Amino acid sequence: MTGLNKTLTAATFAALISGQAHAGNVEVLHYWTSGGEAAALAILQKMMKDEGHSWTDFAVAGGGGETAMTVLKSRAISGNPPSASMIAGPEIAQWGDLGVLAKLDEVATSEGWDALLPKAVADIHKYQGSYVAAPVNVHRINWMWMNKSILDQVNGGQVPQSWDEFFAFMDKAKQAGFIAFAHGGQDWQDATVFEQVALGVGGDDWYRQAFVELDKQALSSDTMTQAFATFKKLKSYMDPGMPGRDWNLTTAMVIDGKAAVQIMGDWAKGEFAAAGKQPGKDYVCATVPGTQNAFNFNVDAFMMFAQKSKEAQAAQQDLSRLLVSKEFQEEFNLKKGSIPVRPDVSLARYDSCAKQSMSDFQASAKSGSLVPSFAHAMAMEPAVSGAVYDVVTNFFNDNDMTADAATSRLVSAIELAQ
Amino acid sequence: MTIGTQAQPLSGVPSRESLADKLQAVLPKIVLAPSMAITLVFTYGFIVWSLVLSFTNSRMLPNYDFIGLSNYSKLFSMDRWTVAYTNLFIFGFLFIVIAICVGTLLAILLDQKIRAEGVLRTIYLYPFALSLIVTGTAWKWILNPEIGIEKLMHDIGFSRFQFDWLVDKDMAIYTIVIAAVWQASGFVMAIMLAGLRGVDNSIIKAAQIDGATMPTIYRRIILPIMRPIFFSCFIILSHLAIKSFDLVVVLTAGGPGYSSDLPATFMYQYAFGRNQIGIGSASAMITLMGFIAILIPYLYSELRKKKHG
Repeated sequence: MTGLNKTLTAATFAALISGQAHAGNVEVLHYWTSGGEAAALAILQKMMKDEGHSWTDFAVAGGGGETAMTVLKSRAISGNPPSASMIAGPEIAQWGDLGVLAKLDEVATSEGWDALLPKAVADIHKYQGSYVAAPVNVHRINWMWMNKSILDQVNGGQVPQSWDEFFAFMDKAKQAGFIAFAHGGQDWQDATVFEQVALGVGGDDWYRQAFVELDKQALSSDTMTQAFATFKKLKSYMDPGMPGRDWNLTTAMVIDGKAAVQIMGDWAKGEFAAAGKQPGKDYVCATVPGTQNAFNFNVDAFMMFAQKSKEAQAAQQDLSRLLVSKEFQEEFNLKKGSIPVRPDVSLARYDSCAKQSMSDFQASAKSGSLVPSFAHAMAMEPAVSGAVYDVVTNFFNDNDMTADAATSRLVSAIELAQ
Repeated sequence: MTIGTQAQPLSGVPSRESLADKLQAVLPKIVLAPSMAITLVFTYGFIVWSLVLSFTNSRMLPNYDFIGLSNYSKLFSMDRWTVAYTNLFIFGFLFIVIAICVGTLLAILLDQKIRAEGVLRTIYLYPFALSLIVTGTAWKWILNPEIGIEKLMHDIGFSRFQFDWLVDKDMAIYTIVIAAVWQASGFVMAIMLAGLRGVDNSIIKAAQIDGATMPTIYRRIILPIMRPIFFSCFIILSHLAIKSFDLVVVLTAGGPGYSSDLPATFMYQYAFGRNQIGIGSASAMITLMGFIAILIPYLYSELRKKKHG
């Protein structure tokens, strides 16, 4: 048997009985099946092949990853987990409790992850002090995306800095006949906007107490009521077709000049880019009023499962190293629309929004104003964030519910879910 | 050796024959055993498993820390669950009543020996052949105020026309009723039509000789005869209503907010989306009990009939 034949046979064999640990193979579960996402992942596949490992793709379609997580659970229960799985946030710790994760301390020490990653980000990817997941990108959620020509026309190009200025801008846009606020009424979008309003109204310390530590006093405070009231006020600036609309269609309204502004994470930039729009020329990205000094983040990561064979373990460690490596982070985030998790990546090829995002990220990491997003599964376990989703979306859609009622309901819903 | 020959078993028959008899007696059991076992494990076994899980504090994965009825008490203190089962009552009642009424009416009209009956019957039955996903998507467009009926009416000049149930928190559940009735009434029609054709013609003739009009004949004679058929329709439609899932997911995704949630979507959301398998199982058990409450009177009436027959 020739060498080539042997490799081929080994590769086929590995592909056939995937999951079973085989020579230098990694099986990676993910739900990045859209064009841009798949292109970003292809870079990783190539890098792994260059290292001499084989890659078994385990893609489970479905944007939110619910299906993928269900498949992952059944694989893990049957004692046959993949090498790595895409995941985000505190769910990593829940997996840690099951004792199925692999430790990445060796790679983390030799690559110096502790020095590279901000503590707020690093802690999420550790279980009992050891790294069990490798972070790949940072999405900033507290962005607002504005149509430049509408902004110039009704507000003289002035970006609103406070909520008062913001609502004045909304009024002017509405009077000029535009849809002032573009929104898609799905529960996660409601939660995303509410989260930014809360961060803007209450500041990062209060936000952390309320939504990360789930401190009852912060949750039931007047600040929360005020956040709810401000959030509800936005509703009068939306169009009637809002309920159930997908986020990308909402972004398209801003792109087409039908709507003035959308509050959404930086994946919205991909839509602008795909429509051939330039930041600063066709659209403006700016932080949500009141959140100028804070950074609301969502980090995608790959969680590693313990493997039986030596070869699979080695491949897994190489995969972890590559995920956080400079080269991969630069290429990958350029395609994904996000920013690298490590500070030493060259941003020469990135756009101005990403550059601002990066410098704010570094500044926030230093000042400690990095806050995880609960709307994107970074701050709470799914049961609790689900309960918050319910309260937020129900309050938003119910014209009769007061902000006070929403606050007290939020407290009891979180208690019930814990 | 033929299995079918039933030679007198008692009068000194060779042992071969009795082996054949034995085989014949056990063969159906052997053939049925695998499917029986599969049904027992994968239907009834899993029902029992869900029941057990509903008493545990299972979160992301099943575990066996028993916490008594606390999942049930949590469930009933949840606003979202209240909305879900209230919606099931609204949806189930309207869906069953309207679908049966529309279906019966169509069947009666088709029964008037009209021309091209075959074609019409196919047209009405066709929606049932569509997947609920397709029905949901189509109605989502039709009911959307931005592109559907409301826009159409505005475009032809009725600018005050308003039909925004799909995006109205209090009305969204009724849009699901509309789509579900559209889907199922052709099916009810087909069953009803078969029933109408089964009614003995001589009874109708006799009533006509007595001077009864057609509406009276339908009201007083034919529809009462068809009572068991109504009952079959009711059972089929009620289980469709209780397990409704796909239509809601496609049409409204439970929204706006969670105002059009049904128990099935609630269960999926909690068990798989929110890592609360315990509460998800509890909601599934309540849903099952709801169906049993309908099924038992049905079984009772069926079994009683057999005894008398």
